[in-house]
Amino acid sequence: MEELVQHIINGLNLGAIYALVALGYTMVYGVLQLINFAHSEVYMVGAFSAYYGAHFLRLQANPGWMAFATVIGLSVLVCLALGFLIERLAYRPLRGAPKTNVLITAIGVSLFLQFSGQVVFGADPKLFPQVLEDYPLMRIGEIQIQFFDVTILGTALLTMALLQYFIQYTKTGMAIRAVSFSSRSAVLMGINVNRIIMVTFFLGSSLAGVAAVLVGLKYPKIEPLMGTLIGLKAFVAAVLGGIGSLPGAVLGGLVMGLSEEMVVAYLSSTYRDALAFGLLIFILLFRPSGIVGKIKVEKV
Amino acid sequence: MGVVSRFVPLLVLALGINGCTKKAEISASATDSKEIRIGQFGSMTGGEATFGQSTDKGIRLAIDTKNSAGGINGKKIVLITEDNQGKPEEAAAVVKKLITQDKVVAILGEVASTRSLAAAPIAQQFKIPMISPSSTNPKVTQVGDYIFRVCFIDPFQGSVMAKFSRDNLKLKKVAILKDMKSDYSLGLAEFFTKKFKDMGGEIVSEQSFQAGDQDFKAQLTQIRASSPEAIFIPAYYTEVGLIARQARQLGLKAILLGGDGWDSPKLFEIGQPAIEGAYFSNHYTTESNNPATQDFIKRYREKFGEVPDGLAAAGYDAAQILIRALEKIPHAVPEAIRAELASTKDFDGATGKITINADRNADKDAFIVKVQGNVLKFVTLLGP
Amino acid sequence: MIKLARGWFIVLVVALSISLFAGFFLNAYLQQILFFVAINVMLAVSLNLVMGFCGQFSLGHAGFLAVGAYASGLMSLRVPLFPDSLSYLNFPIYALIGGLASAAVGLLVGIPSLRLRGDYLAIVTLGFGEIIRVLLLNMEIVGGARGMYGIPGTTDAISCFHAFFWSGTTVLLIWRLVHSSYGRAFLSVREDEIAAECMGINATKTKVLAFVVSSFFAGAAGSLFAHTTNSLNPASFQFVKSVDAVIMVVLGGMGSITGSVIGAVIVTILPEALRTLQGLPAVRDQLGTVDLRMVIYSLTLIMLMIWKPDGLMGSMEWTKFRRRRAARG
Repeated sequence: MEELVQHIINGLNLGAIYALVALGYTMVYGVLQLINFAHSEVYMVGAFSAYYGAHFLRLQANPGWMAFATVIGLSVLVCLALGFLIERLAYRPLRGAPKTNVLITAIGVSLFLQFSGQVVFGADPKLFPQVLEDYPLMRIGEIQIQFFDVTILGTALLTMALLQYFIQYTKTGMAIRAVSFSSRSAVLMGINVNRIIMVTFFLGSSLAGVAAVLVGLKYPKIEPLMGTLIGLKAFVAAVLGGIGSLPGAVLGGLVMGLSEEMVVAYLSSTYRDALAFGLLIFILLFRPSGIVGKIKVEKV
Repeated sequence: MGVVSRFVPLLVLALGINGCTKKAEISASATDSKEIRIGQFGSMTGGEATFGQSTDKGIRLAIDTKNSAGGINGKKIVLITEDNQGKPEEAAAVVKKLITQDKVVAILGEVASTRSLAAAPIAQQFKIPMISPSSTNPKVTQVGDYIFRVCFIDPFQGSVMAKFSRDNLKLKKVAILKDMKSDYSLGLAEFFTKKFKDMGGEIVSEQSFQAGDQDFKAQLTQIRASSPEAIFIPAYYTEVGLIARQARQLGLKAILLGGDGWDSPKLFEIGQPAIEGAYFSNHYTTESNNPATQDFIKRYREKFGEVPDGLAAAGYDAAQILIRALEKIPHAVPEAIRAELASTKDFDGATGKITINADRNADKDAFIVKVQGNVLKFVTLLGP
Repeated sequence: MIKLARGWFIVLVVALSISLFAGFFLNAYLQQILFFVAINVMLAVSLNLVMGFCGQFSLGHAGFLAVGAYASGLMSLRVPLFPDSLSYLNFPIYALIGGLASAAVGLLVGIPSLRLRGDYLAIVTLGFGEIIRVLLLNMEIVGGARGMYGIPGTTDAISCFHAFFWSGTTVLLIWRLVHSSYGRAFLSVREDEIAAECMGINATKTKVLAFVVSSFFAGAAGSLFAHTTNSLNPASFQFVKSVDAVIMVVLGGMGSITGSVIGAVIVTILPEALRTLQGLPAVRDQLGTVDLRMVIYSLTLIMLMIWKPDGLMGSMEWTKFRRRRAARG
């Protein structure tokens, strides 16, 4: 029984990470109908910039909240810049092109960043700067709840709430919703679509930056291919919950994390990745709009 | 643009084939000249990059030392190195290239048994001797009589760790966490289990993961439920660090045990402080009184400015016995090299005395080391 | 439209000449590259059928390659059909079996997936490709995570003939398919699925047909792959392999068979040419042991999509090209 509770806690922690990354995917998809494959690589670059930044500023010597804030700030800044570059250089020229081409470009950007990362950072794993110490927050018998786990889950939920508020109750948020409905009509209403898309990418990328630091602290081994699998699973989580929906992304992430944990614990670790895709296929075949999403009818 | 874009692909095609065939012509004429060409393949990049890089340094130390002493009977040794990026199919491809394109007379490599197994059939097929510095899975040399290794094999290593656990650490209940993707891990786990059970021990839990995984909480939680005294993790350093951390985070106080796959400077970087006090079996120790070992360490430090790990020592020894074999024969012909290698007896290597036995393996001692701070402290020596 | 007899004749001549050339002039390493050219041509042309002609985005082609490879490899290890002296006759049968196995899987995957469109189809096919890989990773009978070793097969002239025969057959059959009424159906589904339905074309059946034919040839290619490399590992069939196939198709031009062939040749030869380039001492001093191949690949893909999304041949074929040149006079 104790193991089950621990597994549930582990699963929720894993899920919170997927949730954080999934939020980024869902935002961009909602607005651009684009699966931003490069999102996971932006996340990876964020982790590495934190790594190099921390070493450059010698933050290892004085860990603590200041160091933590610095590292997050660094990561978010770099991710913002990278997100801007990607949107400008790779996606904007293809605005209006057939979906296939945009998707291929996204894959291209993702691969480019992965392999350039291997060249620039070196393919061997590095240790993420330990600017904050993890410690067990609660202990009930054998069950452990770590500080970081609570932080990550809390951050995911808080971010989701903030984003929801932003999208629903601010003018820019309304503009974002308008563009995701129909960018052509939005233009007619006087919305600067390019700016809105940029804002969306900024939001998504900063989320990636924050996620990178939190995950880096929890799983300190970082390497250039670290984003791929997490990105894929986080995207599946977003689809699972309902792509385009923020609460859906978080819900999908948590469900994903829990099921993965259970499969590894009670079945076999080798089925871990297959589960993600199995869930994806299941959901797309039976309820493509996801758990929370609304069913859309295609009009001719 | 239209016409040009039609020709570009054909041009590229022509250049490509031209470039490849030119290289072949050059190599063909060079075989009998003033140099001896040796090939090396390893994981210079990729997840297990330190394996390939360390081995490479050891090999280069041996070869450069020999070359500055005049080479082999006046001929320079040319080392051609190929990176397999940690992938078995790349290992097979580069070995094929080294043999058929670069026309090497012998091959050094690899560390990981999976990649050695991918490449060995090719070396055997073309009858080019291949010496693995530290692949420990028994199947590697079983591929054929042209495949050698200078290290011990996993049946020995597994039982050594089992013996150490029972006799020295007095352990009764051990859990195993193995890597499903690695022949090395699966083989070592199997041999440890067999010996440990034979000696009266109990394997309380057996879990698995895949190389590349980041999260091991599920498996460790299951292990925790079985209350083991120790966890045997026969995997590569890349995952061990994270596993150790997460084990401690889950409150697991069990002793951690491992094999030679742990040997890497990265182990401390990623694994400390969780990995403190862990034990693993290795090919050598820096604290050995063996003069050959100390000589190697001294030269290595002079050349590279750092203390060598077990893989560098093994690479050094593999290159050394190849050099010795090359010295004894008049012409660098693969069959002759093979015969000389097979008769290597009592060679003083950095990793101990090397004698190539009938199975083309080396009967060596295993050194049990303990992780203390950023160094590996020698604990005990267990012989075959 | 090329007559069948004439087509087979061309295929035989081409396969024969390439294999004779390979047997006499190329060493084993270069022979293997040639084999990969043959395999990749099959991969690219079959994927083009689905992506270029039928307009369905498939990111799981590596999965079909894997099924064919493993089926063929398993068969050759367990059930050798002909005695050693006639062993060459085994391989066409293995290739057929690989193709059929793959086609069966293609049917299984296609029927549920092809209801989806665009992005979703892409992700689902990606998912299926990965699931196939993970299943193979877990099946002990095919060696699981450590892979299968010791699969028979050579890279000599006879095998080369066999490989290029299959390659040529793929091109021939898919060419004929595309230039038939089925081909028209594919194109109509690509252009506007709903309109096609209105004209009486069963879109789902058409898409599934393209999918199954495509996976058959991918499976046969997989068989060739297994017998060329003599060992299989699930790690060779990851998502990146599917992307390789997509690059070949996109580079050549979606909707152009000639383009796919050219794309396959370039994508196969380029990394090897780059490997030789990187081996040069001057380059090595600058870059060390760094591998720029994939970086160049992905950059090429991005630039292609931005500046020349039609690829090298667009949707033109060699025959149309010649006619055009003649017309221009």
